[in-house]
Amino acid sequence: MDLIVDYSLQGVQMLLVVTAAPALTGLVRKVKARLMRRAGPPILQPYRDLARLMRKEAVIAANASWLFRAVPYLVFAATWVAAALVPTFATGLPFSWTADLIAIIALLGSARFLLALAGMDVGTSFGGIGSSREMLIASLAEPAMMMIIFVLALIAGSTQLSTIAEFMLSTEAGLRVSLGLALVALIMVAIAENARIPVDNPATHLELTMVHEAMVLEYSGRHLGLIELSASLKLLLYVSLIACVFAPWGLAPMQSGLLSWLIGIGTWLLKLAVAAFALALFETSIAKMRVFRVPEFLGAAFMLGLLGALLEFVLAGF
Amino acid sequence: MTPVDFSLLCNAALLLLAPVAVAIAAARPAAWRAIYLVSLVLTFTMAGSSIAFALSGAPASSEIFPLGIPWIGAHFREDMLSAVFLAVVNLGAAGASFYAIGYGKHEAAPGRVLPFYPLFIAAMNLVILSDDAFSFLLSWEFMSLTSWALVMAHHRSETNRHAGYVYIVMASFGTLALLLAFGLLAGPEGNYAFETMRGTAPAAAIGWLVLLLVLLGAGSKAGIVPLHVWLPLAHPAAPSHVSALMSGVMTKVAIYAVIRIIFDLAGAPEWWHGMVVLVLGGITAAIGVLHALMEHDLKRLLAYHTIENIGIIFIGLGLAMAFQANGMGAAAALSLTAALFHVFNHSLFKSLLFFGSGAVLNATGERDMEHLGGLIHRMPQTAFAFLIGCAAISALPPLNGFVSEWMTFQAILLSPSLPQWGLRLAVPATGALLALSAALAAACFVKAFGVSFLGRARSPAAARANETDIWSRTAMLIWAGLCLLFGLFPALAIDALGPAVQSLLNSRLPAQAEIPWFLLVPIAGSRSSYDGLLVFMFITASVLLSVAVIHLLASRAVRRGPIWDCGFPNPTPLAQYSAGSFAQPIRRVFGTLVFRAREKVAMPPPGDMAPAHFDVDIHDLAWEKIYVPVAAGIEFTAGRLNGLQFLTIRRYLTLVFLALVALLLVLAIWT
Repeated sequence: MDLIVDYSLQGVQMLLVVTAAPALTGLVRKVKARLMRRAGPPILQPYRDLARLMRKEAVIAANASWLFRAVPYLVFAATWVAAALVPTFATGLPFSWTADLIAIIALLGSARFLLALAGMDVGTSFGGIGSSREMLIASLAEPAMMMIIFVLALIAGSTQLSTIAEFMLSTEAGLRVSLGLALVALIMVAIAENARIPVDNPATHLELTMVHEAMVLEYSGRHLGLIELSASLKLLLYVSLIACVFAPWGLAPMQSGLLSWLIGIGTWLLKLAVAAFALALFETSIAKMRVFRVPEFLGAAFMLGLLGALLEFVLAGF
Repeated sequence: MTPVDFSLLCNAALLLLAPVAVAIAAARPAAWRAIYLVSLVLTFTMAGSSIAFALSGAPASSEIFPLGIPWIGAHFREDMLSAVFLAVVNLGAAGASFYAIGYGKHEAAPGRVLPFYPLFIAAMNLVILSDDAFSFLLSWEFMSLTSWALVMAHHRSETNRHAGYVYIVMASFGTLALLLAFGLLAGPEGNYAFETMRGTAPAAAIGWLVLLLVLLGAGSKAGIVPLHVWLPLAHPAAPSHVSALMSGVMTKVAIYAVIRIIFDLAGAPEWWHGMVVLVLGGITAAIGVLHALMEHDLKRLLAYHTIENIGIIFIGLGLAMAFQANGMGAAAALSLTAALFHVFNHSLFKSLLFFGSGAVLNATGERDMEHLGGLIHRMPQTAFAFLIGCAAISALPPLNGFVSEWMTFQAILLSPSLPQWGLRLAVPATGALLALSAALAAACFVKAFGVSFLGRARSPAAARANETDIWSRTAMLIWAGLCLLFGLFPALAIDALGPAVQSLLNSRLPAQAEIPWFLLVPIAGSRSSYDGLLVFMFITASVLLSVAVIHLLASRAVRRGPIWDCGFPNPTPLAQYSAGSFAQPIRRVFGTLVFRAREKVAMPPPGDMAPAHFDVDIHDLAWEKIYVPVAAGIEFTAGRLNGLQFLTIRRYLTLVFLALVALLLVLAIWT
């Protein structure tokens, strides 16, 4: 019986992330529009877009290979699995031990690798520029992410997200400067990884400054729908990640009852909404930076992570 | 028959194969396949027997022959560590032989390759089996010479001759350094057998000199920065199956030498020895991958990636030394297991990638990626296998490269409990370098695969390419399958490495095979775990689910149309993104610092119809700042000493007399 409950919880989490992801994107767009004094599309618009894209036929370039058609499904699957492994409303789900934080980040890396290849498949200059810049940003974000993981592992003694969240919920964690530095660094990495302003602009087309959108320019129909859903899922993953490490309140512990799960889901949705507001506010108040300023941005994230690690060492030393 | 006897017998058969090959090349050139077939059988049997031996955990078996130095004899020994490396070498050699059964038909001068090929494999095996300094150095030099002969197989090309020259100089230098290292270990009594070296711990000063000499000697063979310069020249110059052997296997023999001397012969390491190795490894990994990104030649790119992976292995070895020096057995075992597992993984995917590049080279006659493109349509199976190799070397889950890098990261995360401040600071920095090189490797292989196999053909040769032969294809697909297998079931390899790690460090990782679902738990379940099998199953299930749902409920219609490209389809394939343009952002970020890269744009004045020119100036600082001055210094000294040839007899006699006086003086002061 316990086993069935456990597995169905994991199933609930998988369904929850994939159904909530477009709403998060919709909410960010809505808040951004309101902040710019526009009415904006309804929050549920991404669902309609997805349904419309899924129903349309896919137009594929004549020289596209099998890889081009396989990549959207693979990218979606890898992102979905990664998002389902991050604790959202409860810790200690039966498959949470499948992958730790490093493996989850690496899974996203697999998805990005495939998407970058798809960008080069047709042989266009837009696709190439997108792939090339996406890989540049990824290679700068990864060392910063490693430093953040280092700080977390240093404090919580684990890279397993469930364990980290439980540690952060306990009284041992307390307020630490190094955690604050890691939080800022993680937010910066998340912004870069999700192709948000100021690193990339998810709303542009036909501009040489775009990165992610240039890479997926050749996609249409259901393939494009899957890629957009994956992008929403990735945003949701990073928000859940930040929430479960730095704001783990409301997370249902292992073997708890229905009530605490419902509370967990409620607080998680609340956290998503807060994150969407914060992201929209941030994006409206800052301009996009030149692509060659991105190394400085991510270098700053790396230095913050390094500083956090050093601080933790110094404090542990005394 | 004891394992060591069996291995020696197989190697004797390989050595005997060389004269047969000479005869075949002279008399019946059509029978060249037999050589590769026999090599395949011999190496595969040896791999099987050494794997069985490694799994059995039986005591070492040894053999002494009355050869070599008279009062010592030639010692051979097979223990757990040598069994692991014998398995890596022979599995790699079996793959190369299998591939060569098909690939060899493209060889223009088989007489230059066939005789040296089995000799080269036997030499690598003999290095690993040797148990005294003399046999070790003899086999080591034999390995260098046979591989040099293979590098020079296509000696008509000027670049290959240059590669061969640089290689032989570096190899001789490396052997000299190893000779001195063994001399120091043997001590004044001349205990050249490893057995006696093991018993005596050298003094601290000797210890670090040995470390330095080993890093110079074996490190130059492995390709650690700045001793790496020969590697991207020599590895691509050889025929592709030999490139796979040199890059995937011979560098591992160098790693074996490092492990054998540092962990087995030289006694307990100091913590800062570990730090030196660790930092060298981090620098090597980052420099190797940055060089690879700048490279447009497919085989040279792969050779630079070997440097990167050697760096990753050295990071694991350095961590193991540091942990061992502080008595942290479990952490040391994790680091060493990670390093050994990466040795094995790298031999798998690097062989696979060199096989793929050989197939491309045969199909198109091109190694330059800027002339390739669209090969996924012309060579679908090669492209698929190459893609698996690219993903594996980029450390992407659920393939095998990720598992060993993940284990190295886990070892890095254990570093806060080290007492020394130097290590506490150096290890996270190395971790950042490791993360950087993993991410850059992914970028580099997006470039390699994307430019060579995807897009549109950039040359008529690429447009006309045909799929390679069935033997080569099968070899590549099997090796791709192995990359996936050890990504899903890493416990198979990790448990097989257990006895070797136990024999060196007196501790090992807990057995992983009993854990349900093939979960990998290096330290404790609450700390970290990874399950490649479940990740793979989840991804497969999600793919199938999404395909089914979308195709059944939504749409499955596909229409083929012209390229969209935002309404500006570029008519010529040359307008595609090229390898150079792909790497340009990364060159802008790292290149000015690491390569002193300069971009020069020559625009014709308005109205002039001349084409614009874009040039990139890249410098290999290791070559320009170290090798060129040293070569110039040697040239200068040699020029000065040249005068000694033309002296009168009186001056010669004076010289002899002065030398005698000087020697007597030295002797008088010494005693």
